[in-house]
Amino acid sequence: MATTVDARGLSCPQPVIMTLDAIKKGKDKEIIVFVDTDTSKENVTRAAESQGCRVKDVSPEKEGYRITITKD
Amino acid sequence: MPVKNFFATRWGIIGVGTIIGILAPLLQKLGNPGNMGICVACFERDISGALGLHRADVVQYMRPEIIGFVLGSLIAAYIFKEFRPRVGSSPIVRFVLGAFAMIGALVFLGCPWRTLLRLAGGDGNAILGLLGLIFGIWIGTLFLKNGYNLGRTQPTHTTAGWMLPLIMLGFLVLMIVFPQIPNEAKSGVLFYSLKGPGAMHAPLFVALIIGLGVGFLAQRSRFCTMGAIRDAVLFGQTHLLSGFISLILFAFLTNLVLGQFKPGFAGQPVAHTQHVWNFAGMALAGLAFALAGGCPGRQLFLSGEGDGDAAIFVLGMIVGAGFSHNFGLASSPNGVGPYGIPAVVIGFLVCLFIGFTMRKKAV
Repeated sequence: MATTVDARGLSCPQPVIMTLDAIKKGKDKEIIVFVDTDTSKENVTRAAESQGCRVKDVSPEKEGYRITITKD
Repeated sequence: MPVKNFFATRWGIIGVGTIIGILAPLLQKLGNPGNMGICVACFERDISGALGLHRADVVQYMRPEIIGFVLGSLIAAYIFKEFRPRVGSSPIVRFVLGAFAMIGALVFLGCPWRTLLRLAGGDGNAILGLLGLIFGIWIGTLFLKNGYNLGRTQPTHTTAGWMLPLIMLGFLVLMIVFPQIPNEAKSGVLFYSLKGPGAMHAPLFVALIIGLGVGFLAQRSRFCTMGAIRDAVLFGQTHLLSGFISLILFAFLTNLVLGQFKPGFAGQPVAHTQHVWNFAGMALAGLAFALAGGCPGRQLFLSGEGDGDAAIFVLGMIVGAGFSHNFGLASSPNGVGPYGIPAVVIGFLVCLFIGFTMRKKAV
């Protein structure tokens, strides 16, 4: 199972706070984050990588992006 | 995978900080007021004066830099397909935060950008402003850690995203239709200053083009002075901070080259030496920016890419400037205004109220 974070419509720094929360507290190895701006996409990707996670995939979806992050 | 955005890299944000750091002192050389090559708060205050929303006759000028910031960001957002019209994340709260951010900034006499430019010009009073800014943002991060948020935006009609850019375009048209007439305080509907900082400005088209360029680059890089401090405090992230530091460094070097570096506390341009209120004014502004999710520059760039809530914050700042001068809240080189101190206290109470009560988890 993957943890899902829906950060669409939320402005800085909420998407990053939610992603980091999911990385730190979630038990799942995979975290899927939905964002709706390019800024959030960049911020979430950067934050995940700073935590030593891998950004497996970023794909456009509806009015935004779906970011797949994996924890080691 | 979408194309990588160079400006969102470490070198990208450093590059943008460097360019702003060079251009701002250059704008001062070309006519803008001292240590005010670019100041978002001061310039929005001047716009407020140009429109007659306040009648402080030394600070009335329709600043083309601000117009350029919004339109430059709009152009970048369209070219890179990032224009996303959106509204609905607590607009009235953002308006109030914008108004008090302006009130705090005008007690100090500058926005975060000008805080850096004042430091880079040798104005020691800006040290207090910077410390206040950091303190205010730190309070904001405590709220953020405890679940503070303004709720989600909704996608909306393109027209809604165009409102602030169109207002800015309208301001530009007014400036061209009613240009400044030498020794006249009014041209058509617009007010102009005959003396004081409002009378000091770079040529219209130079200021506009630099504004457009900065708006374009800042949209691409997400340059944000509040975010720089917030991210460092909240996440230990130094991405935006590296742009912030390169701005100070290159503004300092450019000032040295242009002979504009004059270290000291007393007699600094458009500044006062009441340390407590320099600190407290900027702390209020910092808290309001942190609660609203962006420095005043960033709010302009977000408005350009379709964020209608950021646009409301901008309008809050322009109206806040009206209150600041009409009510005697704004400082002058002589010190704080007659009602500046109670205004800062009320501003803090309002921001704390917002921070404590808007903690509903986003659903």
